[in-house]
Amino acid sequence: MSKMLNLKLKIWRQDGPHSQGAFLEVDANDIPEDASFLEMLDVVNERLIDDDVEPVTFAHDCREGICGTCGVMINGQAHGPEKATATCQLHMRKFNAGDEIVIEPWKAQSFPVLKDLMVDRRAFDRIVEAGGYISAPTGTAPDANEILIPKEVADTAMDAAACIGCGACVAACPNSAAQLFTSAKLAHLNVLPQGQPERWKRTENMVETMEDFFGACTNHGECHEACPKEIPLDFIAMMNRDYMKSKTKNRSLSSQ
Amino acid sequence: MVTLDAKIPDGPIAEKWDNHKFSVKLVNPANKRRFDVIVVGTGLAGASAAASLAELGYNVKVFTYHDSPRRAHSIAAQGGVNAAKNYRNDGDSVHRLFYDTVKGGDYRSREANVHRLAQVSVDIIDQCAAQGVPFAREYGGLLANRSFGGAQVSRTFYARGQTGQQLLIGAYQALAAQIALGRVTLYNRSDVLDVVKKDGEAVGIVTRDMLTGEVSAHSGHAVVLATGGYGNVYYLSTNAMMCNVSASWRAHRKGALFANPCYTQIHPTCIPAADEFQSKLTLMSESLRNDGRIWVPRDSDEARGADQVPEDERYYYLEEKYPAFGNLVPRDVASRNAKTVVDEGRGVGPLKNGVYLDFAAAIARDGVEAVKERYGNLFDMYERITGEDPYTVPMRIYPATHYTMGGLWVDYNLMTTVPGLYALGEANFSDHGANRLGASALMQGLADGYFVLPYTIGDYLAPKLGDSAVPTDDPVFTEAVQEVDDRTRQWTAKTGGTHGVEHYHRELGKIVWEHCGMARNEAGLKTALSEIPALREEFRKNVKVLGSPDGVNTMLEKVNRVDDFMEFAELKVRDALHRRESCGGHFREESQTPEGEALRDDENFAYVGAWEWNGPDAEPTMHKEELNFETVALTQRSYK
Repeated sequence: MSKMLNLKLKIWRQDGPHSQGAFLEVDANDIPEDASFLEMLDVVNERLIDDDVEPVTFAHDCREGICGTCGVMINGQAHGPEKATATCQLHMRKFNAGDEIVIEPWKAQSFPVLKDLMVDRRAFDRIVEAGGYISAPTGTAPDANEILIPKEVADTAMDAAACIGCGACVAACPNSAAQLFTSAKLAHLNVLPQGQPERWKRTENMVETMEDFFGACTNHGECHEACPKEIPLDFIAMMNRDYMKSKTKNRSLSSQ
Repeated sequence: MVTLDAKIPDGPIAEKWDNHKFSVKLVNPANKRRFDVIVVGTGLAGASAAASLAELGYNVKVFTYHDSPRRAHSIAAQGGVNAAKNYRNDGDSVHRLFYDTVKGGDYRSREANVHRLAQVSVDIIDQCAAQGVPFAREYGGLLANRSFGGAQVSRTFYARGQTGQQLLIGAYQALAAQIALGRVTLYNRSDVLDVVKKDGEAVGIVTRDMLTGEVSAHSGHAVVLATGGYGNVYYLSTNAMMCNVSASWRAHRKGALFANPCYTQIHPTCIPAADEFQSKLTLMSESLRNDGRIWVPRDSDEARGADQVPEDERYYYLEEKYPAFGNLVPRDVASRNAKTVVDEGRGVGPLKNGVYLDFAAAIARDGVEAVKERYGNLFDMYERITGEDPYTVPMRIYPATHYTMGGLWVDYNLMTTVPGLYALGEANFSDHGANRLGASALMQGLADGYFVLPYTIGDYLAPKLGDSAVPTDDPVFTEAVQEVDDRTRQWTAKTGGTHGVEHYHRELGKIVWEHCGMARNEAGLKTALSEIPALREEFRKNVKVLGSPDGVNTMLEKVNRVDDFMEFAELKVRDALHRRESCGGHFREESQTPEGEALRDDENFAYVGAWEWNGPDAEPTMHKEELNFETVALTQRSYK
């Protein structure tokens, strides 16, 4: 049997985007250290239900660290203390008996709280809709091996495409900037040969849509530290370079 | 009276799809915008269908209960996607992929559908590469492949261990492009709670807005369900927490036949449950069996650590029983044997609920670095979850529910027995028979969405040109909205319940796992058939749902789903009881060879069992679709 932990939790509760929130203080006793962080919240919720208290709402789904649905601030850190780990993959053995754990939602103006620990991240979808794709309507594709892609390029694209869209980068950033998310999508598509025709339009549109929603980047690097997929910071540099170029490229392309 | 007409086209197997594409009716390009198509679900099948239909010009409304289409559970698929490209020059072909899939499905799938799947598999890879899916590449820039369980050729394309994620992101991005163009309207955080019919045809759906609680109707000329499988009926599975059977089940209650619900794939390499609090099980890629050796102690009282057990006291049961395939036997065989040794009391770990998957030999042979190169990310994941280091201590694994081959019955056009209602991907039944081969789920989801439905849906829509969609103030919609609203509100209106919904889901899972899991027998199934209705009654009477129906309420979302699972579970068990043969993922203890292997009964059971709903208090009726194997000869699988 697992070792058991007794913990003190302070969990943020908030009815909706426009309501006042407050911390719920609750003792979480006899939490098995083999439980994941979200399973710990499950246990707490079942006990709240037994006491006729409405359970705490938090977003989650796959619990394998890949869908990007979950994510909370744990003692001020996005996804908690373990590096390269989404909240659902964090396990209670990383905590000590008697710890106080403060659990809050992502905090960013463009991620309004929907309820308790659940936020609205639709701004990310708007950024992708602004150009985060390669236009290849079904049926138009040439044979897959007609497009040669050096292994290094495919690997870089994959490094970038590993982003799960959880929003930890924004939550960790003192400016609530979304540069890491946006640049990961741009790097994925902009390094590939298939991505070249739309490269400059994509870059300009995505960056400017991002700026409509999120703050400015001042190179803190907190995003990378919080990222469960360890998306590298260089992608931001690549994005900035492409954005500068896009201003002239798009002008000359459109004047042709 | 329901008649099952699979509408399989005439002609030789290799020409059926081409002939069919020519014979189906078309909607001309300028008229497509006059049709509204509802797509439910944004996994591989739903997202690819919605994007492709919108590209053709249809008005598409797409619904997901997630915050974003990109979160659908297709994202968690690790291994890869099969395609008969024969890029390796190793003898692969459309016919071989077709043959392998029919055989792997233990001869319980429909030949014509499987052949079409193999044909369009090659187009899927082209399509995904064009979208920018970062498939693994060779140094020369060409696509890489690997071999995958049950196949003798290398036909699996992959993107590290995240193939599902990358394919889904490709489809999501194609969908995003159509959303930006205004050709697709996205309804996120929308729970689909009913399918609406008028004059026998599907005309729309009823949804609950998961933020406001508002129940509303949506109308269309056709409805497409791409809502995944029913694995969470077991409570513990590798499915995501929100995966559910509700949309399929509600369609079933409206007249769509449910086919082969007893077929479930139990994946052999998952991390065993640690305790009662366990919320889900995590799959470890099957590729681990290439280098890991599976064993348990011979002595069921063994108390020593794995490294203290001498070689001759270890029982490498797969290597002993199946010398030819050893640790690489198919999923169902590996799973069943793990259950046998654990049931014998030889299980390992604190709860004695696992078997060892030991890499010591591979590490001694190839070195730690080589093993790390192959499986590093998987080892890290294992360590994160269990706190144990698999480089020094053998992994512990145990089978878990992973994929469901049964689903809504569909004809060759992917239409259910309700005209205008389609089912795609894991939600339908047609392509995997009684067992699915590795790397075939992604293939099927994308085949249905990119390359099958966009052709076949026109056949249904073309004659409806000029007909408006049924308005949502029609009584069929207002009554359905009222019914769903009442059904939802009943849960929070009750007072004095005893347990939360999680408790009842867990109890249901225990019954289904115990009696309708890896091995089934008549007595157990009959026990389940009496226990499930009793639990359902208790659940409906005593479940406690707090909070308001008019806002975010995740318990309320879940109680609706568990309520449907409570009904579905009974049908699943009934199907398992009637099928007195062993096939694929369905092992009936009464039907085995003298060596204890699965014994099929082709004479009596070579059919699809499709169940018709007769109301909450009546027994369902089973209809049979006989399976005719014209191309592939039926043989008994042997992996000895």
